Amino acid sequence: MQFEGEHLWIGTLGHSFILIAFTASLLSTIAYFIASQKQDAAEKYSWIKYARVCFFVEVAAVLSVFGCIFYICSHHYLEYLYAYKHTSKELEFKYLLACIWEDQSGSFLLWTIWHCVLGIVLIKKAKEWEAPVMTVVSFAQVFLAMMIMGVYIFGIKIGNSPFVLTRNEINGPIFGRTDYLSLIKDGVGLNVLLRNYWMVIHPPVLFLGFASTIIPFAFAYAGIQTKRFGDWVKPAIPYALFSAAVLGVGIMMGGKWAYESLSFGGYWAWDPVENASLVPWLILVAGLHTMVVYKATGHSLRASYLFAILTFVFILYSTFLTRTGILGDTSVHAFTEAGKAMNVLILLFLVIFGITSLVLFFINIKKIPAVHKEETTSSREFWMFIASLVFFLSALFISAKTSIPVINSVFGSKLAPPEDVEFSYNKVMVLVAVIIGLLSAITQYLKYKDTPIKNTVKKLAVPTLIALVTTSLLAIFYPITYHKQGPGFLGALYFALFASIYSVAANAGYIWSGLNGKLKAAGGSIAHLGFTLMIAGMLISAGNREVISTEKFKDFDIPMGIDPLTKQQDNASENMNLIRQVSKKMGPYDVTYLYDSAGLETGKRYYHLLFQRKDANTKQVKESFVLNPDVYLMKNNNMSSNPDTKNYLSHDVFTYISYALNPDRDKDTGQYKISEVAEGDTIFYSNGFMVLNNVTKNPETNKFKIALTGPAVVANITITAKDSTKYNAAPMIMIDSMGINQIDDTIYAQNLYIKFAGITTDQKKLKIAVKESDKMIDFVTIKAYIFPYINLVWIGLVVMAIGLIMSMIRRANLSSKTGAIVLILVAVGLFYMFLLAN
Amino acid sequence: MKRSHIVILVAIAIAIGALIMLSVDFSTYDTISSARKKQGKFVHLIARLDKTIPMDYDPATNPNYLSFVATDSLGASTKVVYHNTKPAELEQSERIVLKGKMQGDVFECSDILLKCPSKYKDDKKVLEKTVGESKL
Repeated sequence: MQFEGEHLWIGTLGHSFILIAFTASLLSTIAYFIASQKQDAAEKYSWIKYARVCFFVEVAAVLSVFGCIFYICSHHYLEYLYAYKHTSKELEFKYLLACIWEDQSGSFLLWTIWHCVLGIVLIKKAKEWEAPVMTVVSFAQVFLAMMIMGVYIFGIKIGNSPFVLTRNEINGPIFGRTDYLSLIKDGVGLNVLLRNYWMVIHPPVLFLGFASTIIPFAFAYAGIQTKRFGDWVKPAIPYALFSAAVLGVGIMMGGKWAYESLSFGGYWAWDPVENASLVPWLILVAGLHTMVVYKATGHSLRASYLFAILTFVFILYSTFLTRTGILGDTSVHAFTEAGKAMNVLILLFLVIFGITSLVLFFINIKKIPAVHKEETTSSREFWMFIASLVFFLSALFISAKTSIPVINSVFGSKLAPPEDVEFSYNKVMVLVAVIIGLLSAITQYLKYKDTPIKNTVKKLAVPTLIALVTTSLLAIFYPITYHKQGPGFLGALYFALFASIYSVAANAGYIWSGLNGKLKAAGGSIAHLGFTLMIAGMLISAGNREVISTEKFKDFDIPMGIDPLTKQQDNASENMNLIRQVSKKMGPYDVTYLYDSAGLETGKRYYHLLFQRKDANTKQVKESFVLNPDVYLMKNNNMSSNPDTKNYLSHDVFTYISYALNPDRDKDTGQYKISEVAEGDTIFYSNGFMVLNNVTKNPETNKFKIALTGPAVVANITITAKDSTKYNAAPMIMIDSMGINQIDDTIYAQNLYIKFAGITTDQKKLKIAVKESDKMIDFVTIKAYIFPYINLVWIGLVVMAIGLIMSMIRRANLSSKTGAIVLILVAVGLFYMFLLAN
Repeated sequence: MKRSHIVILVAIAIAIGALIMLSVDFSTYDTISSARKKQGKFVHLIARLDKTIPMDYDPATNPNYLSFVATDSLGASTKVVYHNTKPAELEQSERIVLKGKMQGDVFECSDILLKCPSKYKDDKKVLEKTVGESKL
């Protein structure tokens, strides 16, 4: 059957590029592998040359695949399932990339593109390590190409092609017609939750982090393969630093995104998807430290191998967890069950890389040199190793908890997550924070091999004092209010707070006293300072996070989280109704729902909420701002909510609409009652009375901000409710070429509609029509938080990334010009993204 | 004491600590009848919304009170009370995971996880439905 209007050429082209990429990466793997086995330099180089050509062909093919997908999506070729599923014509252009990342094969494509970029860097820079390192990278490329291949080999489907046709994938009567394309008007479009600029930027950064973890892994393999067991560490360190910076930033971008646009009420929830990328990062950082220890002292080489290998293995394990749908009930993220063939392929990727590397490691473990003399307890390397071990164990802890669904599916058990998932992580991780804070504060001051203790104690005295004083001041003047988990946990929070402040002070001090202010060499200290500043920010912002949209008990403290009256959790009423135009007290603010308005996209609705803080005595407005959280109202009475945040240097006010579906809104059974009144006359209604004060002809301005297009008359009415609150109403009547326009006024607080209905025939009285609605007319339910000092989290992250990049620049021996450019770009970019771009 | 002993001790201490934390912290997936027997204990219920009985949610009076009847695959049913706003798509979900405690005859729910067919865009049924709608 011939279908009309299809553009099949581009799909065929794209698919052939995938096959080329697969073949080229396979050939490149084999050629690099052979090259790595050759001893003869000339022979080795000829194989490398051949392998490079294959790799470059692969790079060109992968980029072309991306080009084809981009072309299909930007031209809305809906005959392709990719375009049909992810794009829609109303979408802004910037979301086109987001549409591509949204798809499972799109994210694999992103991963493989980054491997291409990193591969080119390695070919340029890795010198004698190129052959074994690129063997690993190319081999991973073979698997990634298979993920998007979508061909049948011996009746088994391998991967999912991004170029499948809509009509082949889904059933529908319209596909029986040759002109079916003319019936499909538009694609399904990007999930509303993902229409956010972070969706454009977060996946590329995170996947660059994912992709770059293969390099330390590949170097570790190269160390074993070449039998130069220790030499790989030095060239691998800059890449590990790069990876730690990018992956760290990528993870926290996800946090910032969640904070800004999802209604979690926070930036971290220990969700399995978040954990899946945190675990490799922790192991990577552990590995980074043992690698530095090895380079300086010759200790910890075996640990460096293990951590470099496990970092990448856990990246693959994360892919397995998040792509195969196995997490099922435990995550808020929506997973796509990719099909059994895909699951097997991902598992194969994990098993082949994981088992091969670990087997190679354990076969050779005896050959890997280790120093037999033990480190002294006053040496830097000993405590660095302990810190790495703590990082590694905390990673295993997080991974074990995240893997509960896997354990359930393997052993058929029925373990479920605990009552308070976040707390079950926090109570362990707060101890990790204490240990890491203390170690990263003190260890800097120790010297490799052995340390004269007296000197160190002297140097540490000032930071110790600063940290003690700061923490005590915080405890007195700005105490942590997280009482929910009892005094034990509160104490642990204070310990962690002290440890992280201690580390900030000690690392800042070390730049000055230990390095004599030599900033170039201070990358490590800056990274530690940033990391612990971030931890301190997390403790303060989460420990003092306050829900202000609560009505009950706002004036007294409930220590243990259980309300003594109802024996319920004290978070029972964290949502508040706001009736339009009636202000309500929330924490320090009076909040008023002003009005709502429609957004550009269908179903999007903005709610304009006025926040005012008034002086308690003078009633003067001290602070005033409008937040515009929005909601997508979807079919079937569904909604999806996007928060809005007012950022201050010291805190954020964060709010979102928790319920906006008001079925009564359009059902109004009230009737207008017309009264004929003269100036000064009174009209009574059920809840009070109103007086017609006077009539203004052709007013210069009006309440409704409508441009007058003809003669107009306004009735000025004062309404007095039973509780003696006064309101003003000013219904208007205007005569222009279109006829008579009655512009009604609404007093939402009293459920009143007031209409200027006309003038009596004797022209002496006005007709004022009043409708009392028995239903509440318009309201939204909102939830609002104050996040104090959340900026510390973002600043800490940015500082950490800058520190890591500084170390990378120094250890990679970049020229000072290149180094400066890189550093400035990174610093400006991150600062803009995390602190200014909203 | 040898340095390596300190390392091993640290590792063991942390591992034991973590294990204890873990073991205390599991809850279970239960059926409605088994949850009834575990009064006041935190459990997960996998159930579905009983659409034949109208749910009670009047946001105008109290946005923090939702009550409905849930049925599990064994046919048992219970009243569920949730002190929060009604999750969007509750009526459309095929399956809901309720976290909370049985208090007498009422399941006091602290969190609801929805499993909605519409969240999974790859779900072919949804796409088929959308295609079906595009036929005008």
